[in-house]
Amino acid sequence: MDVRLSAEQRALRDTAVDLVDSLRPRSVADLGDSQRTAKLDAAVAATGWRSLREAGADGGPYASAVEAAIVAEELGRGLADTAFVGPTLAAELRRLAGAATADGAETVATKSDFSAVALAGQPATAIDGAGAAAALLLAGGELVQVSLNAPAEPLDLTRPHVPIPRDAAATPVGRTLTTDALTKWTALGLALTCADLVGVMRGAIALATDYAKVRRQYGAHIGSFQAVQHLLADAVVAMEGSRSTALHAAWAVDALPADDALATAAGAKAYCARAGRTVCETAIQVHGGIGNTWECLAHVYLRRALLSIDLLGGVGPSLERVLAGAGHGLQ
Amino acid sequence: MDFSDSPAEAEFRARLRGWLADNNPGLPASSTSDEYWAGQAAWHQALYDAGFFGMSWPVEIGGHGLPSVYEAIVDDELATAGAPPRPSLGYLVQGILHHGSEGIRRRLLPGIVNGRDRWCQGFSEPEAGSDLASLRTTAVRDGEDYVITGHKVWTSYSDAADWCLVLARTDPGVPPHKGISAFRVSMRQPGVQQQPLRMINGITREFGEVLFDGARAPAADMIGEPGEGWRLAMTVVSHEREPGELGYVARYRKAVKELAALVAGSPDDYGPEQRRELAWAMVESEMLRQHVCRRLSDRLDGSSGGPEGSVDKLLMTQVEQCVGHAALSVGGAAADDDTWLKLYLYSRAQSVMGGTSQIQRNLVATRILGLPAS
Repeated sequence: MDVRLSAEQRALRDTAVDLVDSLRPRSVADLGDSQRTAKLDAAVAATGWRSLREAGADGGPYASAVEAAIVAEELGRGLADTAFVGPTLAAELRRLAGAATADGAETVATKSDFSAVALAGQPATAIDGAGAAAALLLAGGELVQVSLNAPAEPLDLTRPHVPIPRDAAATPVGRTLTTDALTKWTALGLALTCADLVGVMRGAIALATDYAKVRRQYGAHIGSFQAVQHLLADAVVAMEGSRSTALHAAWAVDALPADDALATAAGAKAYCARAGRTVCETAIQVHGGIGNTWECLAHVYLRRALLSIDLLGGVGPSLERVLAGAGHGLQ
Repeated sequence: MDFSDSPAEAEFRARLRGWLADNNPGLPASSTSDEYWAGQAAWHQALYDAGFFGMSWPVEIGGHGLPSVYEAIVDDELATAGAPPRPSLGYLVQGILHHGSEGIRRRLLPGIVNGRDRWCQGFSEPEAGSDLASLRTTAVRDGEDYVITGHKVWTSYSDAADWCLVLARTDPGVPPHKGISAFRVSMRQPGVQQQPLRMINGITREFGEVLFDGARAPAADMIGEPGEGWRLAMTVVSHEREPGELGYVARYRKAVKELAALVAGSPDDYGPEQRRELAWAMVESEMLRQHVCRRLSDRLDGSSGGPEGSVDKLLMTQVEQCVGHAALSVGGAAADDDTWLKLYLYSRAQSVMGGTSQIQRNLVATRILGLPAS
């Protein structure tokens, strides 16, 4: 057992840190800068990160879920407003269904509450839809594709989702997915949302800590007050615990049998989901009144966290999966 | 990045699992019964004699010189077997390893590691808790000895101990944290009186208080240089904050396993709130297990003892108190068995012992986030 990142994994992380820090939005106004967004999107496309879970020569993915999680965490930390989790989950679905690689930019559709992969004929939403022309969903267990036409809806200001009409025309793209394959896919989705949440927490903590070091009240930096210090210390603790669960969940996706991978990912998701919301709320609290304005990035972190929390199951459904995974009639 | 066992680790795990199948003493949880404390020495010696104690400590002192991750494997298997956790001595060993001379290390540590010499730790005093540097116990040189006078409290295992690691003031003329030295003091001498403390859950064998009234310690038993006591104490408490050093993961997972078995045994007796508390205890204890793997792996680079210890202490506390809440919710209501109530009550001490959670948060804020001291 050695859970340190390998030299290659550290190099991947360093590349992701550099790319994200050079092109991430540094203010709410930056979110509307289409030149920056286009540059970020092109830079991410050039890295090939969205193809990490496409099928290699042996049918397995090019890279493990750990590599995908490393990228997801850094994109979350930087509030990267470009697609990654959606296209990665789409590539995984195509690989598991034995389908050819997508022609254009593609993402996945979930039920409209984001809780599971979408089923044809039911209300659905394409997640992480920036730049995507189409989304994948299931029809009778078979993998199908629908085109995206509706305008994007921003719960998460960095990753818009796109409603899909019930009667959207679906084109078959792959064979029926096995239960095991869908379980693995869900485990990957949960692990990637955990990684995104860890990144979001790190970014929100950094934002609030920087503010606490410059904002003065009562003649002192507010970061010198224990009440503020303890809020931020608790945020660090929640983030570090989350990081350990997220790392393990990412490893488990490819290393453990499907049911164990899902139970592991669900435990991590329960932990990261609870922590993610609290940490982002703390970031708003530390900013005081400013934190409740549209111009402060704190709510952008919270909004991103809320979507990642709901994606494929938040705290409640994840705890149910943990109990089910433990067996012994606990479910 | 790999959470799975290497071939050597897998072999070790299988050997330990086989040994535990025949050698689990089946003691009750340390937090709920004095029976555990009565049997702890024998359990320590059995683990040591079978080659399953002190995995990551140097060979010269009776350890095995293996990577720290072997400690995580021991905790895993103890929990899986439902065996008692390993005795938590790591912080004492680390303090003496880092600050004792070569001679002191070779003379004192083998007996601690093999479980034949029982030690307790005389740090806290009635007027020196979080503010440890204000301690009042004195050690005055008298020929080849020091004479120790003072009152120590929260002294774990004082009733069973042969020796006490005492922090005492040797130089009242310098700033408080510079005038403290550390000694090994025999508990078996006329100038030492100890009495048990009865804790909120009724146990009496874990904590005690000790009165030193003219007790003597040879000058040769000073650990570190005169005035090095504060630094030794900081080494000890930083390791006392590390769940990997303490082996508490095994204790938490054992309790969670037993609670899960209760609910699984008669599912209709437990409602949604109880199942939710149980699920959180599973999630939290599993988090700590993975977190320890992460920290122990980081030690392969040689790092340890930094301010991350405060993060780990706060995580460990959160887990212990979450498991405590599950114990109260799932098992606490049983009228004929107060084991779970006791476990819950014991969990409240975790946010105090080894440095309160308030102090840990101060350390995280100033030393990790770089916020200005208040």
